[in-house]
Amino acid sequence: MLALEARATQSASAAWLSPLLAMALTGLTGAAIFLAMGKAPGIALYIYFIEPLTSWSGLSEVAVKAGPLILIGIGLSVGFRAGIWNIGAEGQFIAGAVLGSAPAVVFYDSTNLLILPTMLVLGVLGGMAWAAIPALLKTRFNANEILVSLMLVYVAELLLVHLVQGPWRNPQGWGFPGTRMFPDAALLPMLFPGYRVHLGTLIALLIPLLAWFVLTKSRFGFKVRVFGSAPLAARHAGINNPRMIWATLLIGGGLAGLAGIMEAASTIGQLMPKISPGYGFTAIIVAFLGRLHPVGVALAGTAIAVTYIGGEGAQISAGLPKAVTGLFQGIILFYLLAFDLLTRYRLTRIGNKVSAT
Amino acid sequence: MKYFAKLASVLLAALLSFGVAYSASADKLKVGFIYIGPPGDHGWTYAHDQARLMIDNMLGDHVETTYVEGVPEGPDAERAIAKLAETGHKLIFTTSFGYMEPTLKVAKRFPDVKFEHATGYKQADNVATYSARFYEGRYVQGQIAAKISKSGVIGYIASFPIPEVVRGINAFMLGAQSINPDMKVKVVWVYSWFDPPKEADAAKVLMDQGADIITQHTDSTAALQAAADRGIHAFGQASDMIQFAPDTQLTAVLDDWGPYYVKRTVDVLMGTWSPGDTWNGMGPGMVGMAPFTNMPSAVAMMARKTAESIRTGAFHPFTGPIYNQAGELVVAAGEVAADFPMLATMNFYVQGVDDKLPE
Repeated sequence: MLALEARATQSASAAWLSPLLAMALTGLTGAAIFLAMGKAPGIALYIYFIEPLTSWSGLSEVAVKAGPLILIGIGLSVGFRAGIWNIGAEGQFIAGAVLGSAPAVVFYDSTNLLILPTMLVLGVLGGMAWAAIPALLKTRFNANEILVSLMLVYVAELLLVHLVQGPWRNPQGWGFPGTRMFPDAALLPMLFPGYRVHLGTLIALLIPLLAWFVLTKSRFGFKVRVFGSAPLAARHAGINNPRMIWATLLIGGGLAGLAGIMEAASTIGQLMPKISPGYGFTAIIVAFLGRLHPVGVALAGTAIAVTYIGGEGAQISAGLPKAVTGLFQGIILFYLLAFDLLTRYRLTRIGNKVSAT
Repeated sequence: MKYFAKLASVLLAALLSFGVAYSASADKLKVGFIYIGPPGDHGWTYAHDQARLMIDNMLGDHVETTYVEGVPEGPDAERAIAKLAETGHKLIFTTSFGYMEPTLKVAKRFPDVKFEHATGYKQADNVATYSARFYEGRYVQGQIAAKISKSGVIGYIASFPIPEVVRGINAFMLGAQSINPDMKVKVVWVYSWFDPPKEADAAKVLMDQGADIITQHTDSTAALQAAADRGIHAFGQASDMIQFAPDTQLTAVLDDWGPYYVKRTVDVLMGTWSPGDTWNGMGPGMVGMAPFTNMPSAVAMMARKTAESIRTGAFHPFTGPIYNQAGELVVAAGEVAADFPMLATMNFYVQGVDDKLPE
């Protein structure tokens, strides 16, 4: 019989090696799968992981895709560090997009330059409001934030669907659910003509730097770390439990909300029944793949974005099915969790040991 | 079939005269497709993919085809379409209504690429639109349903309340009423084109509410199969789905995009492509009916007769008198509803539909 036994010491380098090893093994597994499918593994892997980074349009699309993943991933990692498990970023993303879009929907022919900043602020507030519900229920009734935040995803999705097929539906849209297209003043400016990178992408890339500064240089960052690694000690040190729950959930919700409104006000340009291909959930993978570290999250978000874009290229130039994208993301997480387990625990044989019980 | 044979001969002649000039250039024309679901949905996307394969079969020496599957309607569609254009595809078919704006956006960026958008209504210099008169088949289905149903209640799973879908519901209702004026159609909106679990759930809800015939305007076989599980008759959609419900499928409205796709591809090869809108029905063969199965032969005979009179143009499903839900006469007795604006922008239910159109 095999059993897991906690290691007495964990090496710091192992924590950083495991995502890299996970990616490498994912590549190897991918190669095996491609081989079994009768495709040349080298070419398929190149198309998948390298080609998106070899052209300006590919880089632009990777950045556009990585933006929301990084933003949400940063917010989640702050909470995860403190041991607050916000699983409902997808809902906070939608809530931010909905509240943030309100000005653009109501003043659909506005040219006022204040409309965009207002929308961004409302987007953050919308995400925060959605995250405030699990925070309130957790601090008041000790309700499990994993369940509450997850269930609120479905509420947010239904709210969005209701709005875009009901009161907010474009009267000129032939009955197809969706709001009017936002006016130009309500859209984030594009950075380069002909490419879809926009101001929001830039903001998403700056947030990790800010987060890194806050987490490593500020008292708040210190508290978060203590709270997550030693809750009891934290309490003795006077770090306030409810306040920490509120702070981390609001940060996670706010950043997810910002990602939501920036997505609506850029590449989408309107609200539709479905505005996210699951960014809020994929960002959980991103946060862990990035070791809950801001720089790591930025790198992980980019890596996951590459799998999305590469998956499309693989369909076009190698005739690979779309399912391969989801498969890759799943395999990465699988290996990552396996390595993490093995850095913290080791396999031992029970029965041989005398001192087992 | 006759239409197809004629088309094939025209194409062949065109290609022969053209072959000499064309074979000089080594590069094949690349034709791209954007699909909302997987080709394995055995419905809507499957039908488009069959048409793509027809291009491969007939024009394989001159053309190379590519598809991207499961592309959501929205910003991802814009990227996928642009990616096809960037990779040298000169003719791109975008095969879902929600690709309309993304198609137009990309078309602006790639003026030398031709785009074909299915079921949309906005054209441009390099964007054509095309659709089929599915409602013709729906009318036939309505008649069959009224003959077979015992409860007098039909369950209709609908995707989005756009004119194309509303038109289908109305045509079905009119067909049913032509047999039994008291027939009822109940509608469930699932707000998705392809979501098998949701489609199946909707079918179950409708059957629980007493529907004993199921039909759907969604892309998968799920509703048909859910009905088959309870021994309830149902219709296939977009393709013949008989293998998924051998004992319960009555018929299916077939989408035959092949001849159109081949023709448009040849147009691009020969430099004669031009934008515009195509809206064909049973006459030119873009809409067909799967074999009439699991019904008494008298019913099958009636269905065949109706389909034939629609095909020849002797009968139009939207022939008055037609009343809306408020009881107002919208098409006078003996008149036929015009393509535009009435059919193209249809946003009302005819009398007898047991549902309120989502507003």
